[in-house]
Amino acid sequence: MEELGLLMQGFGVVLEPQNLLLMLVGIALGVLIGVLPGLGGANGIAILLPLTFAMPPVSAIIMLSCIYWGALFGGAITSILFNIPGEPWSVATTFDGYPMAQQGKAAEALTAAFTSSFVGAFVAIVMITFIAPVIAGFALRFGPPEFFAVMFLSFASFIGMSKGPALKTVCAMMLGFLLAAVGMDTVTGQLRMTFGSTEMIRGFDFLVAVIGLFGISEILCSIEDGLRFKGERAKIDAKVVLKVWVSLPKHWWLALRSSFIGCWMGITPAGATPASFMSYGVARRMAKDGASFGKGRIEGVIAPETAAHAAGTSALLPMLTLGVPGSPTAAVLLGGLIMWGLQPGPMLFVEQKDFVWGLIASMYLGNVVGLIVVLVAVPWFAAILRVPFSIIAAIILVVCAIGAFTVSNAEFDITLMLLFGVIGYVLKKLDYPLAPLVLALVLGDRTEEAFRQSLLISQGSLGVFFSNWLVSSIMAMGFALLLWPVVSWVLERISAHRSRTGAVVPREA
Amino acid sequence: MPPAGCSRRSLLIGAGAAALASPALAQKGWEPTRPVQFIVPAGTGGGADQMARVIQGIVSKHKLMRQPMVVVNKAGGAGAEGFLEAKGARGNPHMIVITLSNLFTTPMATGVPFNWQDLTPVAMLALDEFVLWVNAESPWKTAAEFIEAAKRERLKLGGTGSKQEDQIIAVAIGKATGAQLTYVPYRGGGEVAVQLVGKHVDATVNNPIEAVTHWRSGALRPLCVFDSQRLSNTDKMTETMAWSDIPTAKEAGLDVEYLMLRGIFMPAGVQPAQLAYYEGLLERVRETPDWRELMQQGAFNTTGMTGDAFRAWLTKEEARHRTLMQEAGFLA
Repeated sequence: MEELGLLMQGFGVVLEPQNLLLMLVGIALGVLIGVLPGLGGANGIAILLPLTFAMPPVSAIIMLSCIYWGALFGGAITSILFNIPGEPWSVATTFDGYPMAQQGKAAEALTAAFTSSFVGAFVAIVMITFIAPVIAGFALRFGPPEFFAVMFLSFASFIGMSKGPALKTVCAMMLGFLLAAVGMDTVTGQLRMTFGSTEMIRGFDFLVAVIGLFGISEILCSIEDGLRFKGERAKIDAKVVLKVWVSLPKHWWLALRSSFIGCWMGITPAGATPASFMSYGVARRMAKDGASFGKGRIEGVIAPETAAHAAGTSALLPMLTLGVPGSPTAAVLLGGLIMWGLQPGPMLFVEQKDFVWGLIASMYLGNVVGLIVVLVAVPWFAAILRVPFSIIAAIILVVCAIGAFTVSNAEFDITLMLLFGVIGYVLKKLDYPLAPLVLALVLGDRTEEAFRQSLLISQGSLGVFFSNWLVSSIMAMGFALLLWPVVSWVLERISAHRSRTGAVVPREA
Repeated sequence: MPPAGCSRRSLLIGAGAAALASPALAQKGWEPTRPVQFIVPAGTGGGADQMARVIQGIVSKHKLMRQPMVVVNKAGGAGAEGFLEAKGARGNPHMIVITLSNLFTTPMATGVPFNWQDLTPVAMLALDEFVLWVNAESPWKTAAEFIEAAKRERLKLGGTGSKQEDQIIAVAIGKATGAQLTYVPYRGGGEVAVQLVGKHVDATVNNPIEAVTHWRSGALRPLCVFDSQRLSNTDKMTETMAWSDIPTAKEAGLDVEYLMLRGIFMPAGVQPAQLAYYEGLLERVRETPDWRELMQQGAFNTTGMTGDAFRAWLTKEEARHRTLMQEAGFLA
């Protein structure tokens, strides 16, 4: 096997003491970046990029990609502990992770999150190692119609998610689309709904909205509940890691499916955020008792985390083989490659073998090291919940404000964050689900763009969404998922009707 | 953030110099006393962003400036956000902006109250070239063949953004030849190149650096370059061709010319000594081997300009863009 030989060579490069040290530094920085909401992997790497110019390219990319792994791990921490997603792809982790923390199971949730992140990444790396060229070719099939179909599938797999009344779900989702439409419209090059305001030109950044909707509104709710964390009784025990590990293997099918969703979304390249939402939606749909999701199910942590990490890892593949970044962070890394005199694209695997295999080897090692670092720290992270609320709430507020500011260095965003906090609080009180709003806000833009690009290409014909086997089958899957609740409702009715006419089982209310 | 000790030291040096030196001397030797904000009116990973980060890297690697340089992306509204911030920072000598063609096109297309004269032009660093690319498996071997095909049936041309440079070129080709092109806007140049490799569009006008790797792997074919002269790089990029082997649009019978500015600006109302400092700094950046390598890789047109020549060029280009945008019906 040629790949294995090359990979071993790669390990040789990575295991040099200097590179190992950079790896540890990278992971630690990455976790820190992931914990701070808003700073984000892309910003973090952009800030640190100039520091790496003096290093050889392999060392530089090892450190930067380890920051990336660290950020992927770190994003889960604040989602679970405080309901504040540190990164866009950990929003879905809050749905079940935070309820778990409230029930005193923060350590369990964190362990499950980190472990499934590792599993997702590992599957993706194995895939990159052995079938990179094949997969890269597949990504070329994705034009605007295929891209729209994938987005449609994300929405469809997620739409039955919320427990609230359907009309409220639709309202929340439409609000998300509306917010996503503000700012520059890339298809016509016109500004939309900015009302002449300079601050609105930027549009509503997803992270600013999410920090407010989840983080700030959560603090408001906690204040109302009497200034304390519900999770403070959490027993913290180093053995919890082992206990969770024992329980994990039974979720192997869930993990595998989520990894697959993640890899696929990373390559296409839709990225980690839709992957995590889609995986969560599918997990909920496939579970026998889907209704209990959102109340602290460990599966609700495993599914999005596995998918996000698998997508985050495989997003590097289109970057390396095609020069198209699968995520904003990958985009900055791409800029780095060019500065080190490497030309990303199909020739990289041919001309820069040392570099590519060094990077792939560092993915294996970086993830193992990352997992050990964060697992060792689990008890400490969970112990944060023991700090009195009156102290930690102030710190969270400051961190949130810094996070909102850093997204685009704008003070206005802090005001916006507070405003979203109030909106989030009101929506929660009125029992509107936040998840569809967030999903529409993060994917609305790209979805609309892909839809209109497709229509430009087809000159207005909707047939473009069924013009080849690939796009047709994705669309068909989307419709199937979308109509599933209706179909299952009808089936249920029929069987209920039968049992009633049989007069054997009384129907449950 | 710089280490506290470092910035305090340079502050002391600055204060000492100001106290000791005569006014004339102090003015001559102006130097930044705070970190310099380098605004990129575009997203991370694009051409302007890459160039800004290379400059930042060169400045810190060769220690060309005592204060750190911080790159900040202000991409909102096709760059309007970044330009408006620089416009509002009148007299601030610790801010520079890198520009692309959106310097002209964004205010024209969106009506955002901004004009290049709201800034102080510092230097033109280079001009970015545009090349007409098609998929290597397509039947078109020359620009003329492609144009003929586009006259017979409508073809799709992919590009970056809307009502910006790529679409201007697309419209100009249509005007000059009567070719029917549907313009499909994407977010970034790399994405556009891959869409062409995957045959989702029929042609692109990618910058050299955006498409070079696909050319070398044999997936794309260059038809012509939209410059008055051929590219200067003669290194063989594929087995048979170098950048310099690509015919100009004019040679190929297509009367369209377009180059994109990669230039540096400062806010308005800065002192001459401050302007002179950045002119000198950029001059030294352009002399480094790292810069030359970037120019080589991206097959840039390395024309440089400062002062009145640059102003005159900007005035001319603005007028030209206004005409082009008006003809295309892109004015807000």
